[in-house]
Amino acid sequence: MLRRRPTIITAALGAALALALSACGGTPTQSPGQGGASQSAAGGAQDVADGAIGKIFNPSDKKGGTLKMANTADWDSLDPGNTYYGYALNFARLYGRALLMFKSAPGAEGNTLVPDLAESLGKSSDDLKTWTYTLRKGVKFEDGTPVTSKDVAYAVARSYDKEVFPNGPTYLMALLNWPKDYKGALKDKDADISSAIETPDDQTIVFKLKEPFGLFDYIVQMPMTMPVPQAKDTGTKYQEHVISTGPYKFEKNEIGKGFTLVRNDQWDPATDPNRPALPDRIEVQTKVNADDLDNRIISGDVHVAVDGLGVSAAALPKILGDPAQQARTDNPTQQRTWYTSVIPDVPPLDNIECRKAVQFAADRSSLQRAWGGETGGVVATGLIPPSMAGYKEIATYKTDGDKGDVEKAKQALAACGQPNGFETNISYRTERTKEKAAAESLQQSLARVGIKLTLKPYPQDDYFALYAGKPAYVKENKIGLAVNGWGADYPDTYGFLQAIVDSRDIRAAGNYNLSVKIPEVDKMIDQIKGEADATKRGEMWSQVDQRVMEEAVVLPNVYAKALFLRGKGLTNVFVSDSQAMYDYVGLGVQQ
Amino acid sequence: MGTYIIRRVIGAVAMLVIVSIVTFAIFFLVPRLAGATPEGFAARYVGRTATDETIKLVAQRLGFYDPIAVQYGRFVKGIVAGTEYDTGTTVEHCPAPCMGYSFITQQPVWPNLLDRMRITLSLGIGAAILWALGGMATGVLSALRRGSFFDRTAMGVALAGVSLPIFFTGMIAMAFFSYGLGWTAPGGAWVDITIDPVMWAYNLILPWITLALLFAATYARLTRAGMLETMGEDYIRTARAKGLVERKVVVKHGLRAALTPLLTVFGLDFGLLMGGAVLTEKTFSLNGLGKYAVDAIENNDLPAVMGVTLMAALFVVVASLIVDLLYAVVDPRVRLS
Amino acid sequence: MNDFLEVKDLRIHFPTEDGLVRSVDGLSFALQRGKTLGIVGESGSGKSVTSLGILGLHKGSSARISGEIWLDGTELVGATQEHVRGLRGKKMAMIFQDPLSAMHPYYTVGDQIIEAYRIHHDVTKKVARKHAIEMLGRVGIPEPARRVDDYPHQFSGGMRQRAMIAMALSNDPELLIADEPTTALDVTVQAQILDLMRDLQREFNSALIIITHDLGVVAELSDDILVMYGGKCIEYGTSDDIFYRPEHPYTWGLLGSMPRLDRERTERLMPIKGSPPSLINVPPGCAFHPRCPYAERTAGKADTEVPALAETEGGHLVRCHMDKTERRDLWDNEIKPVLETQ
Repeated sequence: MLRRRPTIITAALGAALALALSACGGTPTQSPGQGGASQSAAGGAQDVADGAIGKIFNPSDKKGGTLKMANTADWDSLDPGNTYYGYALNFARLYGRALLMFKSAPGAEGNTLVPDLAESLGKSSDDLKTWTYTLRKGVKFEDGTPVTSKDVAYAVARSYDKEVFPNGPTYLMALLNWPKDYKGALKDKDADISSAIETPDDQTIVFKLKEPFGLFDYIVQMPMTMPVPQAKDTGTKYQEHVISTGPYKFEKNEIGKGFTLVRNDQWDPATDPNRPALPDRIEVQTKVNADDLDNRIISGDVHVAVDGLGVSAAALPKILGDPAQQARTDNPTQQRTWYTSVIPDVPPLDNIECRKAVQFAADRSSLQRAWGGETGGVVATGLIPPSMAGYKEIATYKTDGDKGDVEKAKQALAACGQPNGFETNISYRTERTKEKAAAESLQQSLARVGIKLTLKPYPQDDYFALYAGKPAYVKENKIGLAVNGWGADYPDTYGFLQAIVDSRDIRAAGNYNLSVKIPEVDKMIDQIKGEADATKRGEMWSQVDQRVMEEAVVLPNVYAKALFLRGKGLTNVFVSDSQAMYDYVGLGVQQ
Repeated sequence: MGTYIIRRVIGAVAMLVIVSIVTFAIFFLVPRLAGATPEGFAARYVGRTATDETIKLVAQRLGFYDPIAVQYGRFVKGIVAGTEYDTGTTVEHCPAPCMGYSFITQQPVWPNLLDRMRITLSLGIGAAILWALGGMATGVLSALRRGSFFDRTAMGVALAGVSLPIFFTGMIAMAFFSYGLGWTAPGGAWVDITIDPVMWAYNLILPWITLALLFAATYARLTRAGMLETMGEDYIRTARAKGLVERKVVVKHGLRAALTPLLTVFGLDFGLLMGGAVLTEKTFSLNGLGKYAVDAIENNDLPAVMGVTLMAALFVVVASLIVDLLYAVVDPRVRLS
Repeated sequence: MNDFLEVKDLRIHFPTEDGLVRSVDGLSFALQRGKTLGIVGESGSGKSVTSLGILGLHKGSSARISGEIWLDGTELVGATQEHVRGLRGKKMAMIFQDPLSAMHPYYTVGDQIIEAYRIHHDVTKKVARKHAIEMLGRVGIPEPARRVDDYPHQFSGGMRQRAMIAMALSNDPELLIADEPTTALDVTVQAQILDLMRDLQREFNSALIIITHDLGVVAELSDDILVMYGGKCIEYGTSDDIFYRPEHPYTWGLLGSMPRLDRERTERLMPIKGSPPSLINVPPGCAFHPRCPYAERTAGKADTEVPALAETEGGHLVRCHMDKTERRDLWDNEIKPVLETQ
């Protein structure tokens, strides 16, 4: 069981109130009672801004009630083998149990891996190529069938079929030593996959990797290791009724509208130390108008905006302008960095001095305003966001007040042989107003040193496939700068950084890495993959980030922050660093 | 009359074919001509960091490697004869009219459309009744009391009603009546009429009123103008000269003629609305056809786009056909051969 | 002998944004049962407004009405709207010009006659329909039992006018007002309709007012003729008075421009110059003076003084500044010879 230390709770109440309570002799572990203008209606904890960051807001272990969630968009899929959205991974833990999971706990503690379906973290061979997990006994599917390691193996093998399940992460496809020409469990029903996965008995599963990989535990916490009973697999239709192993199962699921989860009576809390499973029922509505959703959370009609995107721009002034509403907000940093790729393929940016001129000329405080000001993000100095291993403030292009340094920029331009500046284009996604604002900010600040930027908006659907992510197009159309952003797949720096700095993954089109082509960095990535020591890995990532900055191929803008609004009557609310949004496993509702 | 209907039905089908070809061309052919590859298309329907292999498999599965004409043919065949769909574990038969399966959710489009239509239809019918009755009553009263305080007020409100966008009036109305006073249901509330008719109406009352307000304004103005024109007609004078009481003059002789031209406007408005009351549905988070269309376009969900476009076109075509037939019934001068 | 219809000093004025429109300004006349009065004038002279005024169709509009209208001993101007409505269609009926627009396009001819009949008779639809067929037959529509279900647009112009007459006569009105009953028709049909109206009038012994801009229409039908100009009567007399002894220059003009069957229609020998007067800014003095060729013969009174409507001889009234002998002299020596040589 998770024990909440009283200190955490006390902190959540706010210092003044805590003092008052101890003066009355009240116990801080109970609800604080009346007093305070912005008290929750149901008599819960005192609302306080950032009350769910690094601590639990309104802690409770009371079960019951209906948790109401709403989504402005829709899941890519509810099928654990076919989903990749951040909130989907957070949410899937309510109805499925992967081998491991991120601890449901506030702040950095939520970044730690804990065993879920497995008894313990993975046991690796010395060469980091074989990873073994032992399943807990007594875990059952919602129909009462016991879960075996074969169900996990099947789940992984079916997700190999990217024709049927194109959405999910591909890590396991790439890492495991699959038979040649394997097409996945749906098409190759009787194939021998023992080169990749073995299940010597019903409780044991062994993964065999092609290459050493020290971070395998981070991979198996993803939902593709949530067991799927082969007999119940209906391919593309499995998402309509996922067979639950978690505390909740689907009662009703109307894709495109919403669904309802109810308690799974086959879930045994004795086998699951991680989930308090407080609400009796979870109702989720999808495709809800964003503006309306904010209003509904304010009014108490909905508890949580499940997409984890934070309140919409339209509602920001209303919420931040009202102290009572503002007290209901949490503003955590995300594992996402907004940046501008400075593309060395486009002259004169092939010259590092010209790239440095861009770095110095940029007004990063103006960029921060473009990304929504203080609640939108903090000024970034590198790619790795603060909550991830390897984060370090990089001072290479630090300027006074983050306003840029025109003199240094001009010196760099002179060294580049372009003393009067140059002309180039900056691309961004048409639909994204903040990206446009960022591009305009750069247009203005770079004009100070004679660098003339022309704005090039492109449709977001094809931004990477046809435009900014296609090197041939970039060269031909002289896109020297491209507004870009990247979020972590899982809270390890590998999952964040590899995709955007490894030059070996650059393809003919569809790239997210638009500008980083440093052989030294590629080499460092390989070394990190083989490094078992997390601390050492962190140091090495810092070096990678530093190196990228030295080459001046990336101009970091901000580490993203999101502004979340706590629903009325929520209990046990906290933002965990792994999810960078409310941890859905912990949530409960006031009765 | 019989041949006329047959001719119109053939015309309607031709219209739908043209609409489907144009839509198909916009979403399939134009990007192709602009240089999109089959893989480029497929890249929209995979998760991020998908490998080239995944993209190729998806392109294959969705048939992007086939010539455009073949892809279009497959679409038409699905509508006419149904098609087979591989779920990965079984092959499912999708009976005609099969609009294909969503590229995003893998759900068959047609049942989804029918399902969404219930919402749009509920929204549309309720709003249409309100705006037709409200708008016309206001227009008639305004015309009969031309220049009065009522007339000026009503026409002022009508002008405002026409110029205010629904997302504005809708959000204001919701903030006030749903979240402020708690009189009406919040956004996104929906219960099917077959389950609970009272809740159905309760949930929809605000969207109805908001949407009706927009149209009622137009209808009030049109009715007023039509009524003023009609009441100045010679045959109204004749009716009065016969000694007919004024109420009957207005109702029997005035209204019928004044409202007939509105029939066309009403039919087309309603038909268009059935294709999706996009803004209303979005504002009130009602997942009707309009919301479906917006989502489909935003997500590049081509089968869904095709399906909803055809559905919308069908409504407009059918509505105009019904209007023309009704017109012939109402106005004997328009006898059809 | 008591007059069946007597109009005394009738004024019908319409306030508008541009000013007061004096459509009818002090009109008086009388009519007996079985007699026909022709009211002649250009469009805008106030003749149609007068007829609608008698029927009480200005009530409820912005019109300001004063004067008296006595119908069979009842005063109508001061009567309630409901009372006048009860008389409309029953005691007094009207035949409108252009029956295509005067009949409702959405209802059959039969329905419209049935409606007219049933307003004033508490009978079943079936009885009313029989009556309608009978009326259609009486106005000379062939196969009335079949045509009763036709719509107005399915009738020819002449047939439509007959149907209109049938509708007006369906309640045996004692006063019948026909407003330009033949204007929309071609010449041969015109004659038929006029004949029909004369026959029916005799049959029903009703009082008939024919309103027209065309003296030719009233030539044979009317007992008396009233010439209107600018909302006022400018000459009144028997048919003979107007045709053989007209004394007002405007009447001469009307006679001169009267189309005749024996002449080309377009040929107009003595056209009246200028256009009808504005009813808001009626010319001062004699309203006709700007168009009158003899205005200088009035010793300067033409544009200062409104001439009185004065009896010249045995009920023949003329509104003119010129001396009686001078007028007769002009007619006998200048106008009449020109008209007759043609």
